Amino acid sequence: MVRFILIALALWLGAPGAAWALDATTITKLATGDGDEKAAAVTSLAASGDPRALDVLKAFADGEMQVAGNQVLIVRDGKAVDAVTGASVTPLPESRDDVVVNNRMRGEIERAMAGLKLLSPDRATRQAAVKELESGAEDSMGPLVKKALAAETDPGIKESLLLVTAQLDLKSSDKAARIAAVKLLASSSSPAVKTMLIPVADPSEPDEDVRNEARGALRMVESRLARAELVGLAFSGVSLGSILLLAALGLAITYGLMGVINMAHGELIMIGAYTTYLVQNLFRSQWPGVFDWYLALAVPASFCISALVGMALERSVIRWLYGRPLETLLATWGISLVLIQGVRTLFGAQNVQVENPAFMSGGLEILAGIVLPYSRIVIIGFAAVVLVAMGLLLAKTRLGLFVRGVTQNRAMAACVGVPTARVDTWAFGLGSGLAGLAGCALSQIGNVGPDLGQSYIVDSFMVVVLGGVGQLAGTVYAALGLGFANKLLESWSGAVLAKIAILVFIIVFIQKRPQGMFALKGRAVES
Amino acid sequence: MISRLYGPRGWIVLLCCAAVVFVVFPVLNLVVPEGNPLHVTAFGVTLGGKIMCYMIVAIAMDLVWGYAGILSLGHGLFFALGGYAFGMYLMRQIHADGQYHVDMPDFMVFLDWKQFPWAWWNSDSFLWCVFLVVAVPGLLAFVFGYFAFRSRVKGVYFSIITQALTYAAMLLFFRNATGFGGNNGFTDFKRILEIPVTTPQMRMALFAITGAALIATLLLGRFLVTSKFGRVLAAIRDAEARVMFCGYDTLWYKLFVWVLSAILCGIAGALYVPQVGIINPSEMSPANSIEIAIWTAVGGRGSLVGPIIGTGIVNGAKSIFTVAFPEYWLYVLGLIFILVTLFLPEGVVGLARRWRKA
Repeated sequence: MVRFILIALALWLGAPGAAWALDATTITKLATGDGDEKAAAVTSLAASGDPRALDVLKAFADGEMQVAGNQVLIVRDGKAVDAVTGASVTPLPESRDDVVVNNRMRGEIERAMAGLKLLSPDRATRQAAVKELESGAEDSMGPLVKKALAAETDPGIKESLLLVTAQLDLKSSDKAARIAAVKLLASSSSPAVKTMLIPVADPSEPDEDVRNEARGALRMVESRLARAELVGLAFSGVSLGSILLLAALGLAITYGLMGVINMAHGELIMIGAYTTYLVQNLFRSQWPGVFDWYLALAVPASFCISALVGMALERSVIRWLYGRPLETLLATWGISLVLIQGVRTLFGAQNVQVENPAFMSGGLEILAGIVLPYSRIVIIGFAAVVLVAMGLLLAKTRLGLFVRGVTQNRAMAACVGVPTARVDTWAFGLGSGLAGLAGCALSQIGNVGPDLGQSYIVDSFMVVVLGGVGQLAGTVYAALGLGFANKLLESWSGAVLAKIAILVFIIVFIQKRPQGMFALKGRAVES
Repeated sequence: MISRLYGPRGWIVLLCCAAVVFVVFPVLNLVVPEGNPLHVTAFGVTLGGKIMCYMIVAIAMDLVWGYAGILSLGHGLFFALGGYAFGMYLMRQIHADGQYHVDMPDFMVFLDWKQFPWAWWNSDSFLWCVFLVVAVPGLLAFVFGYFAFRSRVKGVYFSIITQALTYAAMLLFFRNATGFGGNNGFTDFKRILEIPVTTPQMRMALFAITGAALIATLLLGRFLVTSKFGRVLAAIRDAEARVMFCGYDTLWYKLFVWVLSAILCGIAGALYVPQVGIINPSEMSPANSIEIAIWTAVGGRGSLVGPIIGTGIVNGAKSIFTVAFPEYWLYVLGLIFILVTLFLPEGVVGLARRWRKA
């Protein structure tokens, strides 16, 4: 990173023929001084803005600086240049000592560079530089920041620069300037500002007015931070819930409505993800110009492929096991093993790379530090659309009517002419297709590998079991509830304990309500 | 009593098997010199012992699934718990011979722990750990089973919850902070009762003990299923509601066989660990537990010999395939699952029975 910045700066400032000779004492301090002297040398060299100085700093950071006697050399590819004058030195002196760079120095250089980058003509560079300074600026940057502030035209960066100056003013001795700075900082919502205000709000702060002002500011910043954290938590809860919902919707059809335990459901998700991968490859090789639109084909393709695989499974295996749920469970587990190994044979055991379309990368920054990735937002929307489509399909179409009829009373449905066997196949295909859609969505935010499905199967069964069989509403509440609860627990107990707590909760919950939250009312003694 | 368990032919077959385990195997391993084609290698003994442990688990599975109709997808958990309980003792028997030469398991030194966690209390006592092997799986099964059976959770629901249980336990044991070695688990065992664990005699002794445990399990199972208790169990499997209306409290019948099954798994796990030399949380993965069900299904549910045969077939095939064609093993296992459920609902034993009738 340091090297990259230095090269970029060297190119930008790199007008040759500027003042070549550098201050010899500074260079000597840089090479042989103690830590503080070195840091001071770095700062003064960087502040000079001299391209030669940047070259020296770059050599310093890269460990190319060596000392021979009292001469400081820059040695590259076996050729030496005098660091002070820039003149080449031949022959190479025999005894040379490396100048050691430690991480503290690298940090110093990076920070020094950030100041210089404030003056870059490129807006993105300036913004990045300001971001870096917001988390802690050196006093020596003061003049530079003020200069940048005066020259800045972009309102967003200007605001950030104001915050940086406020941070600097906070450390000054002028009371009015400090109070103004505290007032300005109160409008920030960055964790760095909070840590900066804490010492000022502390009783050890001598000036009472400043302290009181700082206390108020700290409260405002803290409440804003807490709110941001809450928003972030809520978002990740909804996001996880939407993923669980997508994974469990298909299961809600096959298990909830048809009563078929499909342990290969996770593998149907995996097949959807691999279909997305193939469509992506197809677009990349055939139509690279419209690569961003590959999802438009990947979504229907993953639905169809998974649905076809599911229907084939239903016709060949599951059909013969209706009414024997435990055997179905074992047979579908066998199917899942075969599918996993099949994918391993075809695509290899390694994960494959699925690239996001351009419009899905990046994120929406609602508050400082809280970025909502576009991919997750799109998936939340996608889950909602799929859910509504499912609901309409079940409630309004002929197939939905048949599925509900067969669920409620198979024999009676057959009597009035519903082709129950065909309805089973279609419904199973529908559930499998939904799994494919889940796979397509998951490929956008996680790894795609042969084991993809295995990691979701337990979770999605939990959603269906918790929600209760027989209707979609339960699945929705269970998915969102589990998503929220998981993230909430995760924030104070860690991911693994949260997961364990959720599983234990479900186990206990099932004891109380064996039919789930939203069981259909019935009078059966044995179900 | 004796004639109730097996007929004369059955006892003769059982005695032959016992002779193989207690006489033929030890002689071929310890007396017949290496290089002789009849010599049984150390690997062979370990493999045999391992498969016999699995056979005990399969019988335990059959008792709950074949006779009481409860399919557990979490039996791997009880097996692993028994293994961990005995593994604690084995870890303590390493003494100061570990990497760090401290009288404490290596992973605890590595994590910079100064004291043993509470679960390790008294773990240097052989008898206490043997007690834990029985008590921990038994207690967990009792608590879990009591609540599940009391609220009449059954069928697929029960299966899925047991799967979630073992999954949760696996996640728990993967954590270093749980105090059982995290994802490395326990390994590098040195001694049992101060006797080195890697000597041929020790290996053979473990093998013979496992064989004895297997035979005892078989006879105990046979005793149960031929008793009145066994008939009630089968009735619960076939029509629980009717049994309840006849005045039986099915909860305690199911709970008894469930806890017994868990304890048998725990004992099998405790015998497994010193022979295989490692126990880690992957033993609790849901996939392992489902495999137990297929051993039982291949052999034939509802007959105690079936699971033994099934375990032998599946694990024999596994040993051959994972060496010769490792990439095809999962296909074979998957197809076993599918074909057995579709075409052999009563397993190999059922097939043999059908032939005899025809």
